[in-house]
Amino acid sequence: MKYYILIVACCFINIVHSQNCDSRFYGEVHDFHDGSPIIAATIYIETLDKYTTTDIDGKFSIANLCDGKLIVSVSHLGCETKRLDIQISGDSFYVINLEHHIEELNEVKVEGKTIKLTKTSQETLLKTDAIERFSAFSLGDALRQISGVSSINTGNSIVKPVINGLHSSRIIVMTNGVRLQDQEWGIEHAPNIDLNTAGSVNVIKGADALAYGGDAIGGVIILNPSNISLKDSLYGKTIISGHTNGRGFSLNSSLTKTYKKGWYIGAQATMKRFGDFEAPDYNLTNTGLNSKGFSVKSGYKTFERGFNVYYSYLNNDIAILKSSHIGSIEDLVNAINSQQPLVVEDFSYTIEAPRQDVTHQIIKADFYKRFKKFGRLQVQYDFQNNQRFEYDIRVGDDRDKPAIDLTLKTHTIRTNLKVDSKSDRTYKFGLNVGYQNNFANPETGVRRLIPDYDKYDAGAFAISDFRLSDKTNLNFGLRYDFSRIDAKKFYLTSRWEERNYDTDFSNIVIDDLGTQLLTNPVFDYHNISASAGIAYKINDNDSFMFNYGLSNRAPNPSELFSDGLHHSAARIELGDLRMKQETSNRISGTYTYNRHALSINLEAFYNHISDYIFIEPTGTELTIRGAFPVWSYNQTNASLLGLDVTANYKINEHWLFNNKSSFIKGRDLTKKQALIDMPSFKTVNILGYSNKKWLQLHTELQSELVLRQNEFPDNNFDVYIPTIDSEVLLDISSPPPTYHLLHFQSDITLNISKQTNLNIGLNITNIFNTSYREYLNRLRYFADDLGRNIMLQVKFNY
Amino acid sequence: MNTLKNNLKSAFLILLSTFILTGCSDDDNPEVVIQEEVITTLTATLVPVGGGTTITFKSLDLDGKDGPNPPVFTVSGDLLADTTYNGSMEILNETESPAEDITEEIKELDEEHQFFFQATNSLATFTYVDFDSNSNPLGLEFTLTTSATPGSGTITITLRHEPNKSASGVSDGDITNAGGETDVQAIFPIIVK
Repeated sequence: MKYYILIVACCFINIVHSQNCDSRFYGEVHDFHDGSPIIAATIYIETLDKYTTTDIDGKFSIANLCDGKLIVSVSHLGCETKRLDIQISGDSFYVINLEHHIEELNEVKVEGKTIKLTKTSQETLLKTDAIERFSAFSLGDALRQISGVSSINTGNSIVKPVINGLHSSRIIVMTNGVRLQDQEWGIEHAPNIDLNTAGSVNVIKGADALAYGGDAIGGVIILNPSNISLKDSLYGKTIISGHTNGRGFSLNSSLTKTYKKGWYIGAQATMKRFGDFEAPDYNLTNTGLNSKGFSVKSGYKTFERGFNVYYSYLNNDIAILKSSHIGSIEDLVNAINSQQPLVVEDFSYTIEAPRQDVTHQIIKADFYKRFKKFGRLQVQYDFQNNQRFEYDIRVGDDRDKPAIDLTLKTHTIRTNLKVDSKSDRTYKFGLNVGYQNNFANPETGVRRLIPDYDKYDAGAFAISDFRLSDKTNLNFGLRYDFSRIDAKKFYLTSRWEERNYDTDFSNIVIDDLGTQLLTNPVFDYHNISASAGIAYKINDNDSFMFNYGLSNRAPNPSELFSDGLHHSAARIELGDLRMKQETSNRISGTYTYNRHALSINLEAFYNHISDYIFIEPTGTELTIRGAFPVWSYNQTNASLLGLDVTANYKINEHWLFNNKSSFIKGRDLTKKQALIDMPSFKTVNILGYSNKKWLQLHTELQSELVLRQNEFPDNNFDVYIPTIDSEVLLDISSPPPTYHLLHFQSDITLNISKQTNLNIGLNITNIFNTSYREYLNRLRYFADDLGRNIMLQVKFNY
Repeated sequence: MNTLKNNLKSAFLILLSTFILTGCSDDDNPEVVIQEEVITTLTATLVPVGGGTTITFKSLDLDGKDGPNPPVFTVSGDLLADTTYNGSMEILNETESPAEDITEEIKELDEEHQFFFQATNSLATFTYVDFDSNSNPLGLEFTLTTSATPGSGTITITLRHEPNKSASGVSDGDITNAGGETDVQAIFPIIVK
């Protein structure tokens, strides 16, 4: 940067004319936010190599200057340095405004320093390095690095993050400032995100980050793009990886051009291709993946104003384990009892049914402006289009038709106002309105599981941050959200009556087609959320944080409207129109200990959720095609209690030990039993060795121990199997046993030139090819989890 | 400050009105999905060889595979011991009026279909009478021979769509390796006397 300035200075020095040479350059330096004078700011005339500093009133003066143009840089500790072209003609007076809040530099940052978004929440930041290791994998895989974050899977390519035991609609995923709307309600609907579009990821546990939404009972995941530097530059990176398991590869490349004036343009593309993955003992037939995505961005960024436009496209074609397709409950019993996949074929790259093919597109434009002595205003519009096809094994003429064909379109406009003119307090206000339309294509020939609907949202929030002293930060937030869902839903008359909707909802029937009824449910939800947090730094080594969060979540379309056979799961799923919104009261406490070599972070929480909505097996329903298991959405009062530990111990210059453990206990308070689908105790121990002298070698050996979940509700039931004329127990509840895996990671970095480096990484997961099944994998009934994978990754920064 | 407020206000109003306008444009009702190839009714008619009372087995599920109501299995009478019956199937979709006869469709696509028969307590044995163009069994026509010893139990009739007819045992009527998709599974309680 400095080098660069020198060049510019040298170019300009020739232009300076010398005429009248007793002019004075004087003026004042003010804080942009509150207009207060800045004391001891440095005024440096680059063209003349002259210095001065401001006095106690922020004033400065340099005499004996020639008339003409000067290049001046004004700097102050904790401020963004400002460069100005100054025209001197006689005595010239200037007021110079400096940006004083270091955290605000996010906007026009010169160096890629990433920061946390909150001061009083349980927040974890994953930096670029940590993300790049997962370039070939999913967001859910990358977030598992964080203590307290696990995942709920359908196989190994459909991975949904779970924060402190909560997932799906209880987690907000923000990508590039856009709240992802991609039918996130189902367990088999993974976030449609290419991790490679992010430069860093922040995970905030609980609903404290009200700026993003009031219904994030589980937490918020924020993917931030890499920062844009204000200089003339062209840079990029390429990551290529090859994998033994799945015989796959992944390629990601990005290129960004930035200009000193603030303009930038960038593009990024990712391609992933995997064939059938392997468990230690067999091929997982039909588990391949074909993913393609790209994004382009452009804009203009300066401290005072700027805009960004962004477009992203992502298509994932994901095969789902063939053995998981079951035709009847008898197949399910056989699968669970045999503990072997029913179909094992030779390796193939072919992606056959069952599979899902999901395309997600985001268009975003935002504009911001800073007002002197006031704050920053941002307005953003985004549009998202999510097209989801699910293909099942179908027969006859329907063979190539999808069983699910949903198009979800979402428009959102949000405005944020940040008032930060006082250094000890900031206020944030925001408004958002949204319109969403879901279209379920009738051409599938399958009755719609999710109906056509229109959804309207409006929200408003106010958040205040106070810095009481250097040691104490306070945060209060309040938010209100309104949402209306207006659906057109067909019910089978028999189902309508079986659910007793004919007594409770007879007024919403708009058409009677004999065996089916067309209904028009319209539901309004008013949600209030609030948060309060305090962070207290006892001394340089110890600090505490306490938080309280209140949040409400309206039931999602799946929880309200599901009715009927979900083909891909061979189960009848039943929602309930009577669902009320969930209310969560969460308290949490964090203690951070930091001394020389040892740092410990303890995060504890208690989350009480009234009317917690969950799905569980509730029996079987006999149809002309045989019996099918029924999974119903129910509500109960629930409590979640947990502790997440992260500890680092620096043994010496080269060796590092790290532990991440998380424990969670989920209770159904009404039924006085364990909650279904709670992550079990997990502890990861890492021994790392790094040596800068050996090509910046970094290696680590990871031990991952996941204990059996011993607390689970018993939803087992007996099933009559006609072919053997007997009742058989369907053990749909018992979690799989404890497992322990070892992983290895290493990488070296070669500096090719000043701006170019090459990073080569070798990773081995599941070194001992251990057979295991994970409780939170929906396909655990059908096959083992992944065996050993050796990955070679080459990363090229230029 | 004031202009800012006004700007904000007007921006918000514009946004809001855009939504209201787009939101109201569509009042059409969605198209109903009538499930294709719905089967509601399976009737097996059993005529004793050499005369006697015809017995019918009927499975009726008017709300099909999605509906909560279970199928109703009815058997018109008891089977006689040590007797051979000539059986024939009729498959209907009674959600349409008049009822759609699926039997013909199965006959036309005989390579893609097969019936399977199972009796508990060795109460009966079955043989296929009709075959598809590859000489694999179909089962719209069959014979049922009851055991010599009386007893009670169930007979299960299963219609599979796209079974693997060449898999081991399938052409002999063993469902174990058949695969495919179950179109109908009907369980009839029977008495052999």
